[in-house]
Amino acid sequence: MPGKSVRVMDADSMARTLSRIAHELLERHKTVEGLALVGIRSRGVPLANRLAGLLNELDGHRPETGVLDINLYRDDLSLIADHPILRRTEIPFELDGSKIVLVDDVLFTGRTIRAALDGLMDLGRPAWIQLVVFVDRGHREVPIRADYVGKNIPTARTQEVEVRLEEMDGADEVLLHDEPPSRSASREQGRQR
Amino acid sequence: MRLRSRHLLGIAGLEPEEIRLILDTAESFAEVGTREIKKVPTLRGKTVVNFFVEPSTRTRSSFELAEKRLSADAINFTAASSSFLKGETLLDTARNLEALVPDFIVIRHSEAGAPHFLARRTGCSIINAGDGAHEHPTQALLDAYTIRRRKPFEGLKVAIVGDILHSRVARSNVLLLSKMGSEVVVCGPPTLLPPGIERLGCRATHQLDEALERADVVMALRLQLERMSGGYLPSVREYARLFGLTAERLQRATPDAIVMHPGPLNRGVEIAGEVADGARSVILEQVTNGVAVRMAVLYLLAGEIEREAAA
Repeated sequence: MPGKSVRVMDADSMARTLSRIAHELLERHKTVEGLALVGIRSRGVPLANRLAGLLNELDGHRPETGVLDINLYRDDLSLIADHPILRRTEIPFELDGSKIVLVDDVLFTGRTIRAALDGLMDLGRPAWIQLVVFVDRGHREVPIRADYVGKNIPTARTQEVEVRLEEMDGADEVLLHDEPPSRSASREQGRQR
Repeated sequence: MRLRSRHLLGIAGLEPEEIRLILDTAESFAEVGTREIKKVPTLRGKTVVNFFVEPSTRTRSSFELAEKRLSADAINFTAASSSFLKGETLLDTARNLEALVPDFIVIRHSEAGAPHFLARRTGCSIINAGDGAHEHPTQALLDAYTIRRRKPFEGLKVAIVGDILHSRVARSNVLLLSKMGSEVVVCGPPTLLPPGIERLGCRATHQLDEALERADVVMALRLQLERMSGGYLPSVREYARLFGLTAERLQRATPDAIVMHPGPLNRGVEIAGEVADGARSVILEQVTNGVAVRMAVLYLLAGEIEREAAA
């Protein structure tokens, strides 16, 4: 792999961080009844499922979960040579009047979240939407902030933050790359699966 | 993974992985069709010209709906209203269409090869919506999508029955299904089976019962009487008796066989009303799926346009 890579979080610290976010959600909302977690493809999806499991242990209710593919709402489609591979959006509950917690792995420019908000609004009219991100790496290009942040990682713009998850990557860890690894390079092209 | 060409001219030019990519992408667009707001902003600002030199209602409407659901701007040039009837050549019409700076031209033409001609002479993406008796790729893709939702392609036995000679749907379907590993049998009277059709990768028979034996998918095709100048058939009644798909004859197919038809139907000729309306019929599902499949094609080709521009 070209360039230097540093592991900034391991499986234990990731588990503690996710548990803290679950407690914060409960602290703010008292109960998880009526909450729905929507994961943004790809890595927001397992994160949302884990959070739902943790909330179930803490509160005795498992919030509903959904999956959002934002590719049809991207603002850079006319700049991308290969249109990203589409996956299904699966929101198995009524969005009108619902309380939505969006979940994603990394908050960077904020454009993905902008697209996710547009995508959700097309599906219905939630009462409100909050945002959980596992890593906030800065460098926002639109005025968007997260309500719950796992870890703030100061980065240079050229660096790449990679959140790896057991369910998809075989291990839980957060890596900071000086140069983007090949998977993240293809993610910039929107070609990730 | 992407499509290798920025045009969709026929199934002949597609690899099996490209076909799979289009069908997978269509799954996502099928979900958009189930929403209350059936529209996404994906192709905002793109222009599509639907250039239909041959009359068509369902294919044009399906493309138009696909374009609108993707937020593209669509205009229609149809045979009756176009300058084509006033003696303009295809090339001149094409140049005029191109002067409108569209991103896509969807073309339906009575001459085989017309889309290929446009692809060589214009700068936009060309989608073949049916050229003569040659190909109709989006119909074959939507048929494949409809089949795949129920059964995997490998080892599937598909019978295509009817006027094979005049059918671009049959050609595209034979090409696609044989590429995907299905066994295809075409069936019709000798005058309506083109010689050498086996070279496309299928078997040919004049016996309907033989074609239907253990078939998993039965596709009935309309007699294209408007393309027949006479002498092809003794009578439509005799044709219906020998090649019409009835519930009784369908018993030779597998118990869960599905019945397809690209439309328009001639009830009582190539297909009995009770079969067209029966539990095995997926004819209306084909129509619904057509929109999702055409959205997928537009979406994937739009990416290709940008690639050309960036190169």
